[in-house]
Amino acid sequence: MNEIEKTDQSPPVSENPWRQLRRYTDARIAQGRAGVSLPTKALLAFQMDHASARDAVHIPLETEALTEQLRSAGYESIILHSRAADRTEYLQRPDLGRRLDLRSVERLEEYRQQHPQSVNVAVVIADGLSSMAVQRHAAAMTQALLTRLESRGFKRAPVTIVNQGRVAVGDEVGELLGAELLVLLVGERPGLSSPDSLGIYYTFQPQVGLTDARRNCISNVRPAGLSIEAATDKLIWLIDESLRLQCSGVGLKDQSVSTTLQQTHKNFLLP
Amino acid sequence: MTGYSATAGQQRWQFTDLKDLLAKATPLRSGDCLAGLAAGSSRQRVAAQMALADLPLKTFLNEQVISPETDEVSQLILDSHDLLAFAPISHLTVGDFRNWLLSDQADSVTLKRLAMGLTPEMVAAVSKLMRVQDLILVASKCRNETAFRNSLGGKGVLSTRLQPNHPVDDPAGVAASILDGLMYGSGDAVIGINPATDNYAAVTELLKMLDDIIGHYAIPTQSCVLTHVTNQIEAINRGVPIDLVFQSIAGTQAANDSFGINLAMLAEANQAARELQRGSVGNNVMYFETGQGSALSANAHQGVDQQTCEVRAYAVARHFDPLLVNTVVGFIGPEYLYDGKQIIRAGLEDHFCGKLLGLPMGCDICYTNHAEADQDDMDMLLTQMAVAGINFIMGIPGGDDIMLNYQTTSFHDALYIREVLGLRPAPEFDRWLQQVGITQPSGRLADSMPDAFSGLLNKL
Repeated sequence: MNEIEKTDQSPPVSENPWRQLRRYTDARIAQGRAGVSLPTKALLAFQMDHASARDAVHIPLETEALTEQLRSAGYESIILHSRAADRTEYLQRPDLGRRLDLRSVERLEEYRQQHPQSVNVAVVIADGLSSMAVQRHAAAMTQALLTRLESRGFKRAPVTIVNQGRVAVGDEVGELLGAELLVLLVGERPGLSSPDSLGIYYTFQPQVGLTDARRNCISNVRPAGLSIEAATDKLIWLIDESLRLQCSGVGLKDQSVSTTLQQTHKNFLLP
Repeated sequence: MTGYSATAGQQRWQFTDLKDLLAKATPLRSGDCLAGLAAGSSRQRVAAQMALADLPLKTFLNEQVISPETDEVSQLILDSHDLLAFAPISHLTVGDFRNWLLSDQADSVTLKRLAMGLTPEMVAAVSKLMRVQDLILVASKCRNETAFRNSLGGKGVLSTRLQPNHPVDDPAGVAASILDGLMYGSGDAVIGINPATDNYAAVTELLKMLDDIIGHYAIPTQSCVLTHVTNQIEAINRGVPIDLVFQSIAGTQAANDSFGINLAMLAEANQAARELQRGSVGNNVMYFETGQGSALSANAHQGVDQQTCEVRAYAVARHFDPLLVNTVVGFIGPEYLYDGKQIIRAGLEDHFCGKLLGLPMGCDICYTNHAEADQDDMDMLLTQMAVAGINFIMGIPGGDDIMLNYQTTSFHDALYIREVLGLRPAPEFDRWLQQVGITQPSGRLADSMPDAFSGLLNKL
């Protein structure tokens, strides 16, 4: 046996002995290395996830199915559309995704004329960048929130669904519906490991033209992230606090008791 | 102002003012199209570049793209301009300035002295005339070193921010990514978490956790939790351990308003963190993030192209002597930088402009799943950035941020570029890696996991 044959027998991939830590995170830890690079198996797994996420961005929201989900939970909904005609325009023109098209505005104005009484809260659902998130979680989130609020006497506007909608479109809907508080549910950018993450944006006294500084955000609502129950708790806290302070956004700090940390695992790096 | 013009062949192009000229001269990107500021044709773009090349640099001292009367960033740019430092190049046009930057006259020492004599608009202007190789060559001559618990930005050093994000900030989940990163030699620029929420209690727990880990293992690095600056000021006031203060910043007052910040707030935070004196080799305490398109996305660009807005943010950054400035180049999405080509060019522009202005530039070399980009594009940008001498990049397990939902550079990526170009981590951190047994003296990873860490696994 000569030297070269011996060298060739060592495995080219070094495994990492800390694979068991994967039970604490979906992050791509302990992937091992070929030299310093990603082993082939891990590389191809990544490429497949990227391919799936790319596809997910372009799947349209099944509005009828969502409407049906909401109806069976007891909520009638109004279907609206942003000024972005389709997905291609939506991706390149965020300004159009932030505003309602003319027909949608007329629709809401008409509704308001027939229902002039003021309401406390409006829930707006927008497809955003992941229709999958909205399809899977928006109805349940809406129900969890509105059940809590209505039991406390809050009056609500009808639920609205905005196709090709971005975060700021909620403020326009809220203003047109005469709502004091706006809750927007939106599909967040799909990640490689999380194509179905729902975002929640909250605005006190919504109106067209507000910036992010006037909104509070709760992110990562999905089974492997923040649960609907925990998100509802946070949102109720924000709503109560914003009513006390009469504002939302930067002026309203989320100082609710940290619910996430209490249920989780201890940092093993420290004694 | 009567505007600017250029003639090429039989055609004459007219540009209404300085910001129009700058916008039309900018290499194509979707954000400027979105804003309605981009050149209408390829020929108009080059004509604008020709007109810009003939423009004396002094013009930028006399004509502002945004009035200082209504914008504190413009006022800061004017107030902080050093005429003495500017003197050696004050006679040049933008085109001559490019030639001078590429020449041997512009060596590292000369460029360092020049930095405060440059305004963001001058630097943005010259970058618009440059090719990728120009951006790389000139940036590679700039060395902007900073320090806190280690020394960053030295020649031959490439550092990483270890970014152990977790969707619900689970302490064990965060710790798992930190361990993974440390075992791959990552984390010398900072161990910095984007928290899942701005919840004050949660942020405080993360800050304490990072401080405890750095203390327990005596890691020569610094920590940061990337929450709003007002949260961090409050934390400092309540005695929570804060190494670096983070904030996203932009190049117009209106955009900073949309972030809920202003210069006075940043000054207060900078002073509060400096007074803690937590650095051991230096006291640069600010960590800023920027990115082309942030002003436009807040509808606060005021008719200025996105690259010029970006460079104006660097004037804000350098006023506070930051440890790290990170341009998060592909995060904002395809409406601002459409594809890999636009992301790559923008990243190199940001790095060049920041370096010329004197900043310790790093880059979050990244893309989102709705952009026309992939891992190959990131490899190209990473390689070019490292050749250009970037101070730091991100390091994240497998390049997949499971909290922010985008792809950035991985621990493996950092090792790839260190190996190809013979780069090392910050010297203090490099020594620690060897002492602990994570790396060999050659810089290569050790064959087995050090006892101090493998012992932890047995207890789980």
